Amino acid sequence: MFRNLFFAALIAALCAGLATSIIQHFRLIPLIVAAESYEGEAPHDHGEQTVAPHSHDEGEWMPADGFERTAFTVAANLLMAAGFAFVITAISLIFNLPVTPQTGLAWGIGGFIAFSLAPALGLPPGLPGMPVAETGARQIWWVFAAVSTALGLLAIAKWRTWWALALAAILIVLPHAAGAPRPPLEETGVPAGLAASFASAVLANGLVFWVVLGVSYGVLTSRFSRRVS
Amino acid sequence: MTTATVSAAGPLSVSQRLLLGALFLVLGAVFVAGTGFAGDYRAHNGAHDTRHSMGFPCH
Repeated sequence: MFRNLFFAALIAALCAGLATSIIQHFRLIPLIVAAESYEGEAPHDHGEQTVAPHSHDEGEWMPADGFERTAFTVAANLLMAAGFAFVITAISLIFNLPVTPQTGLAWGIGGFIAFSLAPALGLPPGLPGMPVAETGARQIWWVFAAVSTALGLLAIAKWRTWWALALAAILIVLPHAAGAPRPPLEETGVPAGLAASFASAVLANGLVFWVVLGVSYGVLTSRFSRRVS
Repeated sequence: MTTATVSAAGPLSVSQRLLLGALFLVLGAVFVAGTGFAGDYRAHNGAHDTRHSMGFPCH
């Protein structure tokens, strides 16, 4: 049992991790690299007022630009995809909701709404060098938005009753009613056009990632189970 | 069959499902937190472009 699910999750993660790596390579990382050339231009005028400390301190290890940076990014994409594939597996088992080739698309779209769209509504995907609120507070809100939205969608998928819909509405609205940490209103050297392109590309990337993950996982689990039985 | 509809999992009892589910949840949380949230600068810088591209909160 464990082995079937584990390998289905890993192979699905490979598909989704590679898909997002390709999108990142062509549409996202060029924007990140462009933003990095502006990083540290304007915000440093503010001295102590900068709320979020810049993490690219001198002397700190980071992968060298080029092959090493790409390799680390692809590896991180695959590990993250495996993590999300395990989360799908876990939720499917705990709530007894099967992931099949038919339901895989719904799982993918649900994952996108919970882990990309809902967090992005409060915390717009940003480029390096843009002013942001304190990282810990943003991480807490991100997890809150993702988990609350996921539970809301699960309530609908599991029960399909009026009270489940009401519960889902509360769970989905709650993080936005509470409000995400707001970024300080500061000037930044990152051009607005670059930031806008990045935000929409992140959402498109998230949708592709989650749909590939959900559908391939659904196809793989059903194939593995057929072979075993 | 009402108890064992999860494909590939085959027939599992409720307690087996929950145990296996909890195991996968911990595994998934560790992987996602490691790539998307870890504060260590090596984890952060190695996964930097992934974090920005997936909309995780980054510096």
